Amino acid sequence: MGKNAICRVVDITKFFPGVVALKNVSLDIRKGEIHGIIGENGAGKSTLMNILAGVYQPEEGHIEFDGKTVNFKDPREAQDTGVAMIYQELSLSRSMSVAENIFQGRMLKNKIGLINRKKMFSECRKYLKNLGVDYIDPKILVKNLSVSQMQLVEITKAVHLNSKLLIMDEPTSSLTSGEISFLMKIMRALKNEGVSILFITHKLEEIIEITDRITVLRDGRLIETLNMKDATINQMVSLMVGRDFEKIVHRQFIKDYSNKEVVLEVRDLNYENKVKEASFKLFKGEVLGLTGLVGAGRTELLQCIFGVDRISSGAVLVNDKPVKIKHPADAIKLGMGMIPEGRKEQGMFLKLTVKDNMTMVHLKQLAGRLTFIKKKRQRDIAKKYVDELAIKTPSLEQIAENLSGGNQQKTIIARWIMHEPQIFFLDEPTHGIDVGAKAEIYHFIDDLAKSGVSVILLSSELPEVLTMCDRIMVMHHGEIKGILSHKEADQVKIMKLIIEDKEKSA
Amino acid sequence: MSSSGESNKKIKALFEKPEINVLIALLVLCIGLSFASPYFLTAKNIVNVLRQFSLIAILAVGQALIIVTGGIDLSVGSVVGFTACFGAAVARWGAPPGITLLSILAMGAVVGLANGMLVTKIGIAPFIATLGMMSIARGFSLLITMGVPIHVDPTWISVFGGGYVGIFPVSVITMLVIVGAGFVLANNTTLGRNVYAVGNSEQAAKFSGIRVDRVKIMVFTITGVLASICGLILIGQLEGADAFYGNGYELDVIAAAVIGGMSLSGGEGNLLGILVGAALMGVLKNAFVLLAVPGYWQVVATGVVIIGAVSLDSLRRKRTAR
Repeated sequence: MGKNAICRVVDITKFFPGVVALKNVSLDIRKGEIHGIIGENGAGKSTLMNILAGVYQPEEGHIEFDGKTVNFKDPREAQDTGVAMIYQELSLSRSMSVAENIFQGRMLKNKIGLINRKKMFSECRKYLKNLGVDYIDPKILVKNLSVSQMQLVEITKAVHLNSKLLIMDEPTSSLTSGEISFLMKIMRALKNEGVSILFITHKLEEIIEITDRITVLRDGRLIETLNMKDATINQMVSLMVGRDFEKIVHRQFIKDYSNKEVVLEVRDLNYENKVKEASFKLFKGEVLGLTGLVGAGRTELLQCIFGVDRISSGAVLVNDKPVKIKHPADAIKLGMGMIPEGRKEQGMFLKLTVKDNMTMVHLKQLAGRLTFIKKKRQRDIAKKYVDELAIKTPSLEQIAENLSGGNQQKTIIARWIMHEPQIFFLDEPTHGIDVGAKAEIYHFIDDLAKSGVSVILLSSELPEVLTMCDRIMVMHHGEIKGILSHKEADQVKIMKLIIEDKEKSA
Repeated sequence: MSSSGESNKKIKALFEKPEINVLIALLVLCIGLSFASPYFLTAKNIVNVLRQFSLIAILAVGQALIIVTGGIDLSVGSVVGFTACFGAAVARWGAPPGITLLSILAMGAVVGLANGMLVTKIGIAPFIATLGMMSIARGFSLLITMGVPIHVDPTWISVFGGGYVGIFPVSVITMLVIVGAGFVLANNTTLGRNVYAVGNSEQAAKFSGIRVDRVKIMVFTITGVLASICGLILIGQLEGADAFYGNGYELDVIAAAVIGGMSLSGGEGNLLGILVGAALMGVLKNAFVLLAVPGYWQVVATGVVIIGAVSLDSLRRKRTAR
């Protein structure tokens, strides 16, 4: 078996600040096989792909390609060896022609060193024909192609580079079902020519349809590699989510909702085509989970309510009164708070001090006449919350960039808690954070709920949702598929809410 | 042992601030000059240097605030000229000095507001929007004056340009007040902190309830008003207005801000640094005059100082990034 492996990953370990992204992962990819990689968000799929493609370098372990140990310093070196990656965000030059893209960095030249367009176009046409996609004109600018055509151009480019291993990261996420079946046809054709494909997707039915073997990752570890023939959906799901999630927090879940007040109600909310007819109620003092796949419209739903994006239609009611929220400032006045998904881009002010970062929302309340900030009050309140949340920082004047991910996240939590929101949205608050800080964040959430704050916890990690939430709302393709109470919810049920829909729509 | 380690750390942190390095360069230059030319340390010369860079420093306060938000304003020099010509025209038309003063400031605010609206509501990159405004404002200056300088009889508002308090020109005092006010605005008011927040991350600022557009419009408007104050000072100093007042100031102003440690990528920088930056350029110009070096070298030296100051800073960054 080892002989016909095109690529062997041996004992790879990769750290990122504060987290172990991959731990001792070993796997074989055989010649001419389609190998699926599945796992929840943050399981380490993308890290593994990026190491194979030369984007990241592992701390420990090595890669063998075609029998030789290789050490890719950059993606170019990986490409030259025969590994090509097709990224979720395609990496084509949009204002250049298809042919120029396919010959990127290796353009054909004539005798005097100028680019030989004629030859390039005819060669390009040949490549496209080999893949059966010669309806794409080599002369057309890439920006005029559809997303699926762009993907085909990327694949053509990879094949033209004589790639022996093609890595595809969620290639179907923005394709229609017709385009997906065409893509699969091409994948099979490539496989028959001996190209190996590593296929990452969230969609289990695609895994079933096309892969020969699958590897399940969870929390940076390789859980199991299975032959597709022997695998079932239930088995895959349970391997992905794991059964041994350690309960760090034991919450007292709400059992009786009959006399709970509704603090937030959303009716028929639509946002472009990303959120469709979403309606739900949020009760006082509850933790409402919001889960589903990436791209299901969860973040968009919360950001619409919070005023980051403008809703297309629908109504939002706070304490039974209809409200118009056009900007987060309006939402904040109504007692809302939100911790966004992208900590570095949407949360932190990286070049400012910890003190500034903590007090940014509460600043107006810390200012007196003529909006002059009362520096002592600002310092005192920042100091109070650094102590209360045990934020590890040498001083209040530390530049926030230098804090660890967990402490940055706690800084953002402090920013909101000091403003005392009544409705608090948390979008993947524990993403990329070490276990210790995670546990602390769970305790804050529990304390907040106990003190009467209503929380929506958006998370892709099912064990997290199951330990923390009184009710769990599942979204898929922009729609709310169902709301389960804590008692009736379990991982398989939630996963099924997502997958069953897939089978219906397919 | 540990206390000396502490103070070492503090000294090290001090040297990591770009404006401190520039301040040291400025002091070294001043000490050198005081030996090279007996005239340098005379009261007359010092006042002269201060007056020369006062306009640049005033404009740099606004420019620095814009740069902190991640923008830039190329129109400041033209707006100085335009507001001066506009003010001179209003005065010639027979308006009382008080009205003239208010209309100059109002016009500065209007042009600044227009810049801010173009950047936020229309979404033009600040570089382009203010490049256009630079040409428009200069064109209107020419239209108002028809190329002929307008004479303005001295009134009480001429004090801003020509008056003295003791030996200090009022323009120098105005500069010190404005730089001081700018520093307080940046560090001690909610608007000031919002300016830094926007420069760090517009998205994070929005999520924190900061109205990003308003903040940007505000800094452009402040800069427009500061430019009009410079226009006012020039009218007083030169008893009239000419279409070419403030020509090329934008580059000196951006240079002063950058030398003073403002990062063009936004989000950081100390407002007091611009005073040091403007002073360094002013003293340098003075040095060339005092040492009778041909003026052309001065142009070269200004460029060297800009590149030198920014290189030091980016080399330091590269080192700490590792």
